[in-house]
Amino acid sequence: MTKQPPLLEVSGLSVRYGAVTAVRGVDLSVGEGEIVSVVGPNGAGKTSLLAAIAGIVPAAAGRIVFAGNPLAGTGLEEVVARGLALVPEGRHIFASLTVLENLMLGATIRRDGEGVRADIERFFQTFPILGQRRRQPAGQLSGGEQQQLAIARALLSRPRMLMLDEPSLGLAPTVVDGVYELVGEVHAQGVALLVVEQNAERVFGIADRVYVMNCGEFSLGGSATEIRRDPRFDAAYFGLNMQDATGSAP
Amino acid sequence: MKEFVQILADALSVGSLYALTALGIGLIFGVMRLINFAHGELITFSAYTLLALFGLPLPVMLTGALAVGIALALATERAAFRPLRNADPTTLLISSFAVSFFLQKLLVLLVGSRLKGLNFLPELGRKVELSGVRLQLLQIVTVAVSIVLLVGLTWFLRATRLGLQMRGAAEDFRMARVLGVRANRVIATAFALSGILAAAVSCLIVIQTGVVQPRMGLQLVIIAFVGTVIGGLGSLPGAALGGFLVGVGSILLQALLPPDIRAFREAFVFIGVALVLLFRPQGLIPAAGLRERI
Repeated sequence: MTKQPPLLEVSGLSVRYGAVTAVRGVDLSVGEGEIVSVVGPNGAGKTSLLAAIAGIVPAAAGRIVFAGNPLAGTGLEEVVARGLALVPEGRHIFASLTVLENLMLGATIRRDGEGVRADIERFFQTFPILGQRRRQPAGQLSGGEQQQLAIARALLSRPRMLMLDEPSLGLAPTVVDGVYELVGEVHAQGVALLVVEQNAERVFGIADRVYVMNCGEFSLGGSATEIRRDPRFDAAYFGLNMQDATGSAP
Repeated sequence: MKEFVQILADALSVGSLYALTALGIGLIFGVMRLINFAHGELITFSAYTLLALFGLPLPVMLTGALAVGIALALATERAAFRPLRNADPTTLLISSFAVSFFLQKLLVLLVGSRLKGLNFLPELGRKVELSGVRLQLLQIVTVAVSIVLLVGLTWFLRATRLGLQMRGAAEDFRMARVLGVRANRVIATAFALSGILAAAVSCLIVIQTGVVQPRMGLQLVIIAFVGTVIGGLGSLPGAALGGFLVGVGSILLQALLPPDIRAFREAFVFIGVALVLLFRPQGLIPAAGLRERI
């Protein structure tokens, strides 16, 4: 990269929970408008990586620079104000609040009420089912609808970059298509994306670059097409757990 | 019949007081998972403020009680609970006991433990006649104040940005913060609101009993806490309903039990509580998202 510095630059990032090291010395960058994906099996440290970038868990070591400013030490609430939004694993929509209230909470940092209302209306036009259910508790939505709501909620902060943690988890394949369609639209609006997935095939179709993560480290990284063809991919993905993973498959 | 209406009025007004107290506890539990027994001392200190300002114009006394309720609520949050923000609920509970005892003993040290008479707004003790039924003016005022506070609180939670943030934070605090909701602001707001509720209860209870003493708040809070539990911990409608039912229940038992077992009415209230918890352990109106915390 010879042009401008990347939007997000992570170097030497480690995350520890007591004696357990979940992420060890990871380097990662995401450019303006780029889609980068981190794939890897369950327990590889992907969620911890995103949680550290978002400020949910402290980094034990390393630097996180977003849009030229270090993020470390910033309060959790500040990260979204800097333009970095997160859709966590399991979606974490507010089940007792209505669809509309969930979206309004997504716009917590904004002061332009008119703009927020316009953004919400636009979203309801794209997803009329959610529009019809705007007054219903979000807990009544299906899993796929909840995932769409969670993404839309994050977008209402007008982020420069969106981090998605396992957006396809627990959803039927056709529903996942809908979720990834929305991801594509987000990208088309110029928002950079960092997508963490177990479902590697899903992200090969949309990502510019892919990192493979295993046991807290990146074992492989490159453009999506390179990684997909790389004969080391399967071994890198499954890592030491290869036997367990194939053994437990039906 | 007339007698029954009078008992009912009594039950409604006592129920309202417990509902307001339970709401104060429920608000804090909702956002912080803290069972704040020091809520009682907010009531007590507001009451002593009325005593200290006695003789001054009514608006000054009421404003003073309100200011002390809010300021003390914010001060306990800042000094005692903020440093324990991420502690587990047991630690928070124990520290709330510590704050409660500390404030109570502080009061004893400053003004003594003796009960003090306070003839605050005696005109509200007057009886008024409403279609043949004689009601105490204070009972009507108590119910009216409670309704105003309930409606006001509901409006705040439903119609304001900060209220929405509080509801979101009560369900999933971490996610609310990820979206930019400021933890300090939301929690301070909850404490300030609990201070307002405590001050209101304090004024009403002082008018009703005509005395102040250092343990007055804690006694109310323990019963009201039982109300929040049967209503469903963490649910505000549940807290209001549970507190109300406990108050109504104790007054009805007081009136309807045969005189020789009347002294045990509390035991009957708690039998009722035990039955509710046996059949609805999650409370009458369970809270959403209480189990789910990242």
